Amino acid sequence: MDEVTKKILKEVADLHEIPTGAYNIRKDGKSIGRASSANINIVPKEDKSGIDIFIAPGTKNESVHIPVIISETGLKDVVYNDFYVGEGADVLIVAGCGIHNCGDQESSHVGIHSFHLDKNARVKYVEKHYGEADGRGTNVMDPTTNFDLKEGAYLEMETTQIKGIDSTNRITNGTLSDDATLIIHEKLLTHEEQYARTEFNVDLNGKNSSANVASRSVAKGKSKQEFVSCINGNSQCNGHSECDAIIMDEAVVTAVPKLIASNVDASLIHEAAIGKIAGEQIIKLMTLGLTEQEAEEQIVNGFLK
Amino acid sequence: MLELKNISYEVEDNLEILNNVSLKIDKGFTAITGPNGSGKSTLAKIIAGIVKPTSGSIILDGEDITNLSITERANKGISFAFQQPVRFKGLTVKDLITFAAGKDTSVSEACNILSEVGLCARDYIDREINASLSGGELKRIEIAIAIARGTKVSIFDEPEAGIDIWSFGSLIEVFESMHRKIDGTIIVISHQEKLLKTADRIIVLADGKVSDDGPKDIIFDKWFCDNSSQRCPKLDDGGKL
Repeated sequence: MDEVTKKILKEVADLHEIPTGAYNIRKDGKSIGRASSANINIVPKEDKSGIDIFIAPGTKNESVHIPVIISETGLKDVVYNDFYVGEGADVLIVAGCGIHNCGDQESSHVGIHSFHLDKNARVKYVEKHYGEADGRGTNVMDPTTNFDLKEGAYLEMETTQIKGIDSTNRITNGTLSDDATLIIHEKLLTHEEQYARTEFNVDLNGKNSSANVASRSVAKGKSKQEFVSCINGNSQCNGHSECDAIIMDEAVVTAVPKLIASNVDASLIHEAAIGKIAGEQIIKLMTLGLTEQEAEEQIVNGFLK
Repeated sequence: MLELKNISYEVEDNLEILNNVSLKIDKGFTAITGPNGSGKSTLAKIIAGIVKPTSGSIILDGEDITNLSITERANKGISFAFQQPVRFKGLTVKDLITFAAGKDTSVSEACNILSEVGLCARDYIDREINASLSGGELKRIEIAIAIARGTKVSIFDEPEAGIDIWSFGSLIEVFESMHRKIDGTIIVISHQEKLLKTADRIIVLADGKVSDDGPKDIIFDKWFCDNSSQRCPKLDDGGKL
C-alpha cells in the first residue's frame, strides 16, 4: 500500500492497515483487496460496478469495511453497493471515500448504497467523506443511500464530511416498517467556495416506526449549504428532524424542512436553527486565555464533535 | 495589586454608568455591593477587558493593562466568572476545564476542581455545557472553571444568582474555603449578606461612584444594620411608610 492510500484509509475508515473481518478496498474504480468471512459474503456485481454484501441471519459483533480511495485526477467513479442484512444480525459497517486529487481535473465519486435490513437486524453505519488536492482539481461526491428497514430493524448512521470536498449532493432515503428505527447524525463543514446539498426522505410506513434525522453543520467562507428534509408520517409513528447550522463569513445556508402527516397518530417535529457563533461564547473562551481565533476554532470543533 | 484610576464609563446620551471610580484592591477577599444599576457588573467587565472604559486606567502589579485585550488580560492573570454562564453545544465540562487550566487535565485533577463546588466529577466531566444543565449546575461549573485557572485576580459576578436556596449554604462554603486557601485577589460582586460576610473588605457602589469602602465589620454594621433599624420604626408607626 502506498502512502497516499494509507493516509486516505486512516482519514475515512480510521484504518492503519488491512482491516480484520470482511472488507473490500476499492481504489480508482477497481477492487484492490477483498475478504469475506464465515458470516459475511462479499460478491462483485456482474452487471455493473460494485459489490453485494450478504450478512447471514444472526451474525453478531462483526464488521464490514468498504473504503474507497480515488487518487487519479479526472476519474469519475460510479459504484453500486447493496447490503443484505439477515434477520437478527447486529453488525458495524464502515464505508467512506477519500479523494487525493493531484491534478487539475475534476475527480468524482458517486456511491449508491442500498441497505436491506431484515426483521430485527441492527446496523451501525459509519461513513466519512474526505478530500485533498495538490493542484486545482476539484473533488465531487454525490452519494445516494437507501435504507429499507423491515419489522423491528434498527439502523444508526453517522456521516461526516469535514474537509476537502468541493461539491456534494447527498441523498438519503428511508422506508420503515413496523417498529423499525432510523437514526441519522450528519456532520458537515464547508469552506471557501464549497457547495453541499443534503436531502433526506423518510417514509414512516410501519406502526410504531420512528426516525430521528439530525444535521449539524458549519458554513465558512463563501460556501453554500442546503438542507432539505421530508418526513412522511403514514402510520402511528414518531419523526424528528433537526438542522442546526453555524454560519460564518459570507456563507449561505438554506434549510427546507418538510413534514407530511397522513395519519392522525403520526407525530412529527422539525427544528431548524441557523446563526452565527454567539459573541458571548467567544468572550467566555477569551477570558480563559484563548485568542478570538482559537475560541472560534474550539467552538466549531466542539459543535461538530 | 489591582488599581483602578479615575474609571468612567458613559453610554449613549451621556448616561454615566461609572463616574470617576478609583480603587486599589490588594490580595485578599473583596466584595463589591450596591443597588441594581450602580455599575458593579460594568466595573467587573472593565477589569476583565470585556468593556472598555470611556476614560481612566487599570493597573495590574504596576503594569497599565487598560489597552490589553480580554485574552491578554486572562494570560496576565485575570479570571472572570460570568453572572449568566454561557452555554456551548458540543463543548464539555472537561473541555472548559482544560482550556482554563491551559493543559490537559486528568480526571482526578478535574475531580478535585469540581468537588470544590460540590459536583461529582464522574457525573459531570463529559457533560456538554448545553441546555441539559440546570442554571445552578452551570453556575457551579462557571465558578469551578475560575478556580481551576488559579490566577492572581479572580472576579465572580453575583455567584449566588441562579443558585437555589438548598444549595446556597454550600456556595458560601466554597467561598469560605477559597478565603482560607487564598493567595491572590478575589473580588465578589454580590447582594447576599452571607456572601458579603465572607469578605475582608466591602466596597459599596451607588450611582456609578464609590459611596463607601472599608473593612467588612464596619461597612456591614453601617449599611445593613442601620437600614433595617430605620425601616423597623417606620413600620411600627402604624404600618405607614
